[in-house]
Amino acid sequence: MVTPKRMAPGILAAAAVALAVLAAPAVAQLAPGKPFPALAAAGLVGQVPEVDGKVLVVDFWASWCAPCKSSFPVYSRLERDFAGRGLVVVGVGVDETPEAFATFVARLKPGFVTLHDSRHALVARVQVPTMPTSYVVDRTGKVRFVHAGFHGEDTERELRREIQALLAEGGNPP
Amino acid sequence: MRRLGTALILGAAVALIALLGSGCAGPAARVRPWERAALADDVMNPDGDPLGTALSEHVYFSRTAASGGRGVGGSGCGCN
Repeated sequence: MVTPKRMAPGILAAAAVALAVLAAPAVAQLAPGKPFPALAAAGLVGQVPEVDGKVLVVDFWASWCAPCKSSFPVYSRLERDFAGRGLVVVGVGVDETPEAFATFVARLKPGFVTLHDSRHALVARVQVPTMPTSYVVDRTGKVRFVHAGFHGEDTERELRREIQALLAEGGNPP
Repeated sequence: MRRLGTALILGAAVALIALLGSGCAGPAARVRPWERAALADDVMNPDGDPLGTALSEHVYFSRTAASGGRGVGGSGCGCN
């Protein structure tokens, strides 16, 4: 007969494993100072632009996200104003269906590159804290600033200041 | 001493079952920010149709003579 005494080690071990699993930290969010994953190797659908030696802004968006819609004109303006000095803006859509992604892009006609993370590989690796979130990456490929959410003119002002600072850092101009 | 040991074992077993059975204990239960398409749908908004809600509320409190209808403190005086 199995007595409670005999079951003790098993139960205690199972409890310890359960507590260890629950206490284990989730996958860390990508923070400033860390390298941004290579877009070309992220399994994205679409034509990945050349970003080596350039200042990169990667914006994660979705068609069901209202602030994402508000942010598109801003990113289009940033691309228009700074592309000549070495900025590349990439919008990574995380819609579950290609139709939702394509319809949104066709309606808003962004002035920057849009790629589809259809399998959520990149967004899961980056662990965006909210939608939308944008990452400002310097010419060496390192994340320098993270913008969680989009707050209209405030976000645009901050992005412009950060982009200008990173462009001024030099590197390999286009 | 033996009773204490048995109590500890039973306690650990109950805690284990509670943790594993809660369904919301682990990270797997979280909806990630990029997985909220269904939650962001209009149909999930309890006040997605303000005009329709106002009409149905009006019908409700008129028929039940409950002032304020649902969700508003009222005495049910029938003043409507």
